[in-house]
Amino acid sequence: MNLKSATLQKIDEVITHYPVKRSATLPLLHLIQEDIGHLPERTEEWVAAKLGLEPINVYEVITFYPMFRRKPIGRRHIKVCRTLSCALVGGYKTCAQFEQEFNTHRGEVSPDGEVTVDFVECLASCGTAPVVLIDDDLHENVDCAKAKSLSDQIKAEARVRSQESGVRSQEPESRIHT
Amino acid sequence: MPAPAQRRIIFAHIDEPGYTNDLPCYLKHGGYEVLKKAVTRPPQELIDEVKKSGLRGRGGAGFPCGVKWGLVDRKSGKPIYLIVNADESEPGTFKDRYIMHQDPHQLIEGTMISCFANNVKLAYIYIRGEMPHGARILEKALAEARAAGFVGQNICGTGYSCDIFVHRGAGAYICGEETGLIESLEGKRANPRIKPPYFPAVLGLYQCPTIVNNVETLCHVKYIVEHGGDAFTRIGTPNNTGTRIFCVSGHVQKPGYYEFEAGKITMGELLNDVCGGPLPGRKFKAVIPGGSSAKVMRFGERYKGKRKVGADMVDYDWGVEDVPMDFDSLGMIGTMGGSGGVIVMDDTVNMVEALANINAFYSHESCGQCTPCREGSLWMKKITTRMVHGEARAEDAALLKSVADQIPGRTICAFGEACSWPTQSFIAKFGDEFKGYADAKKVAKPTEEATLI
Repeated sequence: MNLKSATLQKIDEVITHYPVKRSATLPLLHLIQEDIGHLPERTEEWVAAKLGLEPINVYEVITFYPMFRRKPIGRRHIKVCRTLSCALVGGYKTCAQFEQEFNTHRGEVSPDGEVTVDFVECLASCGTAPVVLIDDDLHENVDCAKAKSLSDQIKAEARVRSQESGVRSQEPESRIHT
Repeated sequence: MPAPAQRRIIFAHIDEPGYTNDLPCYLKHGGYEVLKKAVTRPPQELIDEVKKSGLRGRGGAGFPCGVKWGLVDRKSGKPIYLIVNADESEPGTFKDRYIMHQDPHQLIEGTMISCFANNVKLAYIYIRGEMPHGARILEKALAEARAAGFVGQNICGTGYSCDIFVHRGAGAYICGEETGLIESLEGKRANPRIKPPYFPAVLGLYQCPTIVNNVETLCHVKYIVEHGGDAFTRIGTPNNTGTRIFCVSGHVQKPGYYEFEAGKITMGELLNDVCGGPLPGRKFKAVIPGGSSAKVMRFGERYKGKRKVGADMVDYDWGVEDVPMDFDSLGMIGTMGGSGGVIVMDDTVNMVEALANINAFYSHESCGQCTPCREGSLWMKKITTRMVHGEARAEDAALLKSVADQIPGRTICAFGEACSWPTQSFIAKFGDEFKGYADAKKVAKPTEEATLI
């Protein structure tokens, strides 16, 4: 595991929040995933050793919770709500619009590596449906037009970044892409 | 008669211009004054106020909060834990989100008062994984409160200490079930525990007595301790005291959150007067009154029976629009107030497709430990998805009902009921639509109709 020192610090801190170390399983998995972008091989061994557990105890947690992933995703994670209140006002069209914009299918990384579009269950913002979570940010009332403008924004940011990295190519890229 | 005005006690500052979620703003509005007074009172007095108030849990089940606290095993000598259930995830529900994002200190104050009343030394806020900003806001608010002496060591100089930590979930609906939540907080799969013996009040977190309360419920506790249990009973209606926050979504002109005295507003007033009625040119067809697992109501149906008004039993004969929005009235007509999530469907919605959407949710979210639920929710999803995307058969309605009828009462937790109620109620109330779906599919859909599955 190749974690940033800030992540390691947070890991040691969060373990102190619980009288029983095992409770820190979910927080540790979140911290590792936020650092690396996904939960790489040997995560279960590393977390188990840290918390005094067996790797199977961690593995069964990783496979249970939908937010944990074993494979890299695109640079941006677009989660479109699929559940009833959003679907009633066009959530399926919103999801299709994002797929079309990035020439991808839900659950896959787009060919340019820029995004992963996922269809997820209720995001608890049904009054402003359809809603979309892009990385940590909630976007409300995302109809097709708004999905297009959000996509345009992501594409524009990608263009700026690729120009910058062309100028300073020695700078390492985010680990998500490796 | 026009709808009554909103009575905002929990959402008093939500969306108020200039109101921010930091400590100085909260203090400026009288924040933590209730806690300061509460910690000088005997804890039992606070518990008695909550009992007197008749406060019912706002997470979905409507269980009396005072009774819940009364069940806590205080003789075992083990520590007592309190967990804030902030895993808001019942489809159609979106009230706790606004409290945590816009008024986090209200929740922290309510939590600390509840901790003091119950001699809790360590509490957790279990927040949905999909609310990363909410988690950060709560952590920042907790740090502010800790620095000001409202959380942590020696609270308000009384010698009483209690810390609160934020714990993030990771996208599993079942963590809203309190024993599943406890398993998850212990670092395990969120498989709910069997009751008996694992009543959280006795054998909860780390096998210690544990109180699990919803976000909104704890905010009500703050209000009750401030104004007294008796004052709280004067808001709302008997046995449905205080206010309720309704989250309205789907096919209305003005979806959103609205706080009213419990039982003082009817479904018709809420949907027509408050939410502006149906979209132009459309008619209401169905409404789910308390989160997606609550049994659906069909516009045009009548509910008849006898109900208690004061000491008398009186006849009632209600249409959907006449039903008062409280736990007891909605329970009486065969559905539930649940989490307050009201999902409205108009005449453009095909009920087979709406059920297929709901079934896909429950099948995805079943934890999988009880066979009737794991297999039943999956098969209900497979059947309704096939009806929409493959071949629909006349006998599907009976088949769906038979699967749904075999789940409730045969599972460890209430998810079994939650996943079968939609199918049972959709078939009971819209059976013709299921039987005729094969023919209905042959007619091309108008383009404005939303895809639901």
